[in-house]
Amino acid sequence: MIVLHQLVKQYGNVRALNQVNLDLKASHSYALVGPNGSGKTTLIKSILGLVVPTSGTILINGSSIAGQHNYRRQIGYMPQISRYPDNLRIGQLFEMIRNLRSEYRDVDEELIQSFGLTQIMDKRMSTLSGGTRQKVGAALAFLFKPQVLILDEPTAGLDPIATDILKEKVTREKNAGKLFLITSHILSDLEELATDIIYMQEGAVYHQSSLHELQTETGQSRLGQAISMLIRTREQKIKELLTP
Amino acid sequence: MTTIVRYILADLLRTRFALAYTVFLAIVTMALFQLDNDPSRVTLSILNIVLMVVPLFSIVFATIHYYNSYEFMTLLLSQPVKRSTLLLSEWASVAGTMAGSLVAGVGIPSLIYGALTQVLPLLLAGVAMTCCFVSLAFLASVMTQDKARAIGISLLFWIYFSMIYDGLLLLVVYSFSDYPIEKITLALIALNPIDLVRISILMEMDVSALMGYTGAFYRSFFGGTTGMLFCIVMMMIWILFPLWISRRIFMNKDL
Amino acid sequence: MKALLLILLVCLACVTQARRITVKEDVSLKNAVQNAIAGDTIMVSAGRYKPGNLIIRVPLVLTGVNQPVLDGEGRFEVITVQTPGVTIRGFRIVHTGVSSIEDFAAIKVIAGHHVTIDNNIIEEAFFGIHLSNTDSARISNNIISHTEQPEESRVGNGIHLWKCQGAVITRNQITGHRDGIYFEFVTGSRVESNFSHHNLRYGLHFMFSHQDTYLNNRFESNGAGVAVMYTHHVTMIGNSFIRNWGPSAYGLLLKEIRDSEVSQNIFESNTMAIYMEGSSRITLSGNEFRTNGYAVRLQASCDDNHFARNNFKGNTFDLATNGSLVMNKLDHNYWDRYEGYDLNHDGIGDIAYHPANLFTLISERIPAAMVLWRSFTVYLMDRAEKAIPSLIPAGLQDTAPMMKSYDRLASTR
Repeated sequence: MIVLHQLVKQYGNVRALNQVNLDLKASHSYALVGPNGSGKTTLIKSILGLVVPTSGTILINGSSIAGQHNYRRQIGYMPQISRYPDNLRIGQLFEMIRNLRSEYRDVDEELIQSFGLTQIMDKRMSTLSGGTRQKVGAALAFLFKPQVLILDEPTAGLDPIATDILKEKVTREKNAGKLFLITSHILSDLEELATDIIYMQEGAVYHQSSLHELQTETGQSRLGQAISMLIRTREQKIKELLTP
Repeated sequence: MTTIVRYILADLLRTRFALAYTVFLAIVTMALFQLDNDPSRVTLSILNIVLMVVPLFSIVFATIHYYNSYEFMTLLLSQPVKRSTLLLSEWASVAGTMAGSLVAGVGIPSLIYGALTQVLPLLLAGVAMTCCFVSLAFLASVMTQDKARAIGISLLFWIYFSMIYDGLLLLVVYSFSDYPIEKITLALIALNPIDLVRISILMEMDVSALMGYTGAFYRSFFGGTTGMLFCIVMMMIWILFPLWISRRIFMNKDL
Repeated sequence: MKALLLILLVCLACVTQARRITVKEDVSLKNAVQNAIAGDTIMVSAGRYKPGNLIIRVPLVLTGVNQPVLDGEGRFEVITVQTPGVTIRGFRIVHTGVSSIEDFAAIKVIAGHHVTIDNNIIEEAFFGIHLSNTDSARISNNIISHTEQPEESRVGNGIHLWKCQGAVITRNQITGHRDGIYFEFVTGSRVESNFSHHNLRYGLHFMFSHQDTYLNNRFESNGAGVAVMYTHHVTMIGNSFIRNWGPSAYGLLLKEIRDSEVSQNIFESNTMAIYMEGSSRITLSGNEFRTNGYAVRLQASCDDNHFARNNFKGNTFDLATNGSLVMNKLDHNYWDRYEGYDLNHDGIGDIAYHPANLFTLISERIPAAMVLWRSFTVYLMDRAEKAIPSLIPAGLQDTAPMMKSYDRLASTR
């Protein structure tokens, strides 16, 4: 569904993305993991069109996104930090986004309901807690029933109940054929949500496999341990290659 | 575009800054009318506000707003919204808010004191000035990724146009004092929006008689249709050119 | 001696043949004037007369009863006096001829003396009252106006005197003429309580007219204000110079005037209240300068002038000069911009005041610098100057500025 081909992004001397090739399919949930500065955010922003790649192509459903904006109809994005204009009410925000996409009559308000946002629709954004703003962000991402959902640290500011609601929603939508791309530092969350793991380091895809494969390959059921095992064995291999 | 403008405007008009700016202008204008009975002298004082306060407040507020709405802008850009649409919407909202505050803050007291007709050209010039410095603020904002640096660039713009440029102009006038340089200074004035507004408003007023031969030359120029058109066209360029460049940069900017 | 002779003559005339003639229509008016003998009084009844050009050759009194109208039909000079001892009183004289060669006037006096012209209304005349070589004239209570506003060459002066002595001009009102009052080679005369306003050029204009006195006149909204030139021993007291505004308008332009006094006048809302060029030994005291563009603009060619006890209030520029003020004296003036202090409470500020600011100094030398007027840069310059007064050349100062303004009851409106 989303194909990244030889994607390169150069910031001055820093190569944020180094020839990334990915083929992301529907009904899969990809966990994007890697240390800070490994290029996760750049990758997401490239797909969203917020970052213009230095070279390479991004195809969504077979067509390039370069210079386009309408493909974003198929994407729902939940940003890591949600900040909205201070004096807007929650209701106004939803109204605004709906007006921007007036072609969508059929909306998914499930998260608005289950997060209890309906009752606080007339609250101003500046009065909201970080968690509530995250809820708003999540609800917005799912609102238009997009085929692709990109969630950047979705559970970071959420309380346990909201986290559960979101996880449930992700699982359900994934099973309904949606494509998810999720980053998170909380690996235990990813364990529940992801079907596939993309491990990035220094701008390149270091490892890509299904969660199941990774677990069997490393013999670790916990994602965190599996990944550190993965890194260790790789490093070992490199050392062996270097020492004659 | 109208959708975005409508909501951003709804937000901005409720900001404390817009309210404070309006109240500040209103208080100053009222005080000026209270202290002085002569409407033409009040107009001159309001001209000072338009020349000093309006550019500074506009450019600083617009820059801060740009960086404060950075996350919201990325959110909107993850929707099917064109970048140019977003930038122009932001520009229109900020310029509209600042211009609205100016018109309300200065216009309403002037109306109360029955001097709106004298103040009207000034208000128009002030609105143009606001738009121009919001454009410059957007230019400063897209030139960098960092809020502090953007505010720095904005302040540099302001200092340049309100002080350094005039210093240089004085130097030019001084160096070529033996030549008839009115036409050259006219061109130089048009290259600074603050000077352009100042001279064109002064020429509308009686006090231009104090400017001697220089004043007479400018008065004959700005009094005619050509001068008027020149003034409007130059102001339009000063609003649109920085905005156009910032749009170009913004189109390919990594957010 | 001449005067005595005249009185003698007149008395003689009275004794012999003093007549009183009343006229009611054109023909009899013309006849009466033509055939008059010295000392006649011609009473002209109310009505409208078209007498052409009336030439008065013998001393007589021409009196209008209930303001009869003498119409010049746009072709004639109405009254020409060619003899001394004539009185013209109580007429309404309208529509003289207009000529580019001749100075047609409503009333012209050539080489007469002891003429009296009073209580006339003169409208749409080319020249109003025109005197040449005429001493001891009395011109009073006339209203001279030109309401059509043609170009400057199509309208002459209201009261025009050339080579006269000892004239007394009082309580006349002149409006709409080229110059309200015009003197050339007029000496020893007194101009008092006249109101000269909305004239195309100057309200008062004189040159080579020494020892004249101007008291309590009002010059208002004239195209170029008042200009006086090439004269010594002028006394101007208690006059008002109001709203003479425009790129080349002056409240009072003094060009090569010397040994004169300008006191207790009011200068209000003029572009330049006083502009001085090549003038020396003038005392300017007790004047009121209010809301003018420039209060005083002093060219380097002026010396030994003394400004004392004047009030300077609300002027855009108090003083501008292209030279140094060392040669002129300023003291005991009140300046509303003065920010000094008075520790010994003698009413006089303890530090000198510099009335010419840096920007006026620059723009006097480089007029093009005026483009920066009212810019932020110039504003900063002014502030800097207040903080560091040494930016100004030392000579430009009032050594004893007053802490309080002089209280004067004079009101102008």
